[in-house]
Amino acid sequence: MKELTIISGKGGTGKTSIVGSFASLAQNFVLADADVDAADLHLVIPPEITKRNDFMGGHKAIIDPERCTQCGECLERCQYDAIANFTIDTIACEGCGVCVHFCPSAAIDFPQRKCGEWFVSNTAFGPMVHARLGIAEENSGLLVTTVRNAARELAEKQNRDLVIADGPPGIGCPVIASITGATSVLIVTEPTLSGMHDLKRVAKLANFLKVPGMLCINKFDLNTDMSEQLIATAKEYQLTPVGKVPYDPAVTQAMVAGKSPVDFSESAATSAIRQVWQNVSNFLDSY
Amino acid sequence: MKIAVASGKGGTGKTTISVNIAMSLPPPVQLLDCDVEEPNAHIFLKPKGIEKSNVTRMVPEVDLDKCDYCGACGDICEFKAITVLKDATVMTFHEMCHGCKGCVMVCPQSAIREKAHVFGTLEKGKARHVECIHGVLNVGEAMSPPLIARVQQEIWSKGITIIDAPPGTSCPMIETVRRADYVILVTEPTPFGLNDLKLAVEAVRLLNLPFGIVINRSDIGDQKVNDYARLEQIPVLLEIPHNRDIAVAYSKGELMIDVIPDMKEKFQQMINQIIKQGGK
Repeated sequence: MKELTIISGKGGTGKTSIVGSFASLAQNFVLADADVDAADLHLVIPPEITKRNDFMGGHKAIIDPERCTQCGECLERCQYDAIANFTIDTIACEGCGVCVHFCPSAAIDFPQRKCGEWFVSNTAFGPMVHARLGIAEENSGLLVTTVRNAARELAEKQNRDLVIADGPPGIGCPVIASITGATSVLIVTEPTLSGMHDLKRVAKLANFLKVPGMLCINKFDLNTDMSEQLIATAKEYQLTPVGKVPYDPAVTQAMVAGKSPVDFSESAATSAIRQVWQNVSNFLDSY
Repeated sequence: MKIAVASGKGGTGKTTISVNIAMSLPPPVQLLDCDVEEPNAHIFLKPKGIEKSNVTRMVPEVDLDKCDYCGACGDICEFKAITVLKDATVMTFHEMCHGCKGCVMVCPQSAIREKAHVFGTLEKGKARHVECIHGVLNVGEAMSPPLIARVQQEIWSKGITIIDAPPGTSCPMIETVRRADYVILVTEPTPFGLNDLKLAVEAVRLLNLPFGIVINRSDIGDQKVNDYARLEQIPVLLEIPHNRDIAVAYSKGELMIDVIPDMKEKFQQMINQIIKQGGK
């Protein structure tokens, strides 16, 4: 079984529109939305949820005023300034449990908390695993791993040979969690200086984690010189260029209609996306 | 006054809005780029006289001569950043360490001390009259909040501080906006924009921060963001129509106010309105 993760470094380059289109074009796969912090795939691929699961993330410390003797041990040990007047600020609390361990009166509880939910769904294109991290919650990396594992298990069980995952922006913990050990990543970028800057960092991460990469340039005609430079940069980081998609208002219209571009209309962008999928598919066949 | 510019969705124009506000305002003004995973503000500001410094956080170092492999450090660590294996080896994973010092405190042999681990860079410079500060997370490092906290130590007490936030509503975004007096949420009029705006609104409400919305590329989608704002009584501070000239300028790292000079006054008016209304 192969696992393709779509990432971008910079946000808003069109990852989800591309993944949504791949869902129309690929066969025998499981979809995964690994952008658990701002999941959008469900807006173009409407899911019918068949199974809901609680995501149990980290712990948070809670001082029981009945047992607390106000000795101040916890205040001295907390590295996050999370304790004031013998109450714990849950937003500042890192969930390290040091205060819990060292409290001489055992007055601090440390319950594991529900930090979000994850779902297994049916869609018009096949099964999808997706999630929602609670607002202001931590452990997004762990939830990404949960989604990926569930998608792979489902693929195995149903004899599906591909997982297509929509990844998060950035290069931090959720991105590392979503690409480590994947068969390949497809980086979707745009021909802007920001796109270029962010591409280099995310490509470096893919190299560092030894995940083979491909590059797709979205809205390439916005700045064709920059698009050329992106192709040159791709080579520098051993990324295989798999195509360029023109700027096309039909992509936004599809989003507004709640569909993926390929599912919505035939346009300049969608014929380019079809070609990108063909190239991606050939690339995956070589692994 | 500290004004954070945030959004749930990436690519809505946070950086564009942040840098153009900063360059429109009279001094003293500073801009902090807290999107340390992918900092872009400096591309548009092109600060000069940059001073770079390494940013470190403390991680454990085990003295194997003192260690008796009891495993207490691994037991207390909630982040799997230190572990003792059966064959008498101790492994540490610095990129996972949250710096709680639990292992240092719990070790019965006093075999663990802290050492500084470089995980990013702080860069300071000046663009025209704007003081520019940004953090750059080293590639391969998982945790951005400690670097965001370091960038925010540079917040001054005079004038205006504009803070460019990372996307999302999890720890990096919360770490960035929680010290702000006011939050500008940048969105676009599409289902993705609206979905992620709602998440961001929940986050700033949880933090009890006053906020308003900027709708970027305001004519590319539908009216649902405006409908939502009206229903939720959230002020729409500014709407910026889609303009190919702005997009092309953006691609080259140019400022919107240099392409459309009228925008400068609009940004000034918006900030004056926010100041008049008062922050947190």
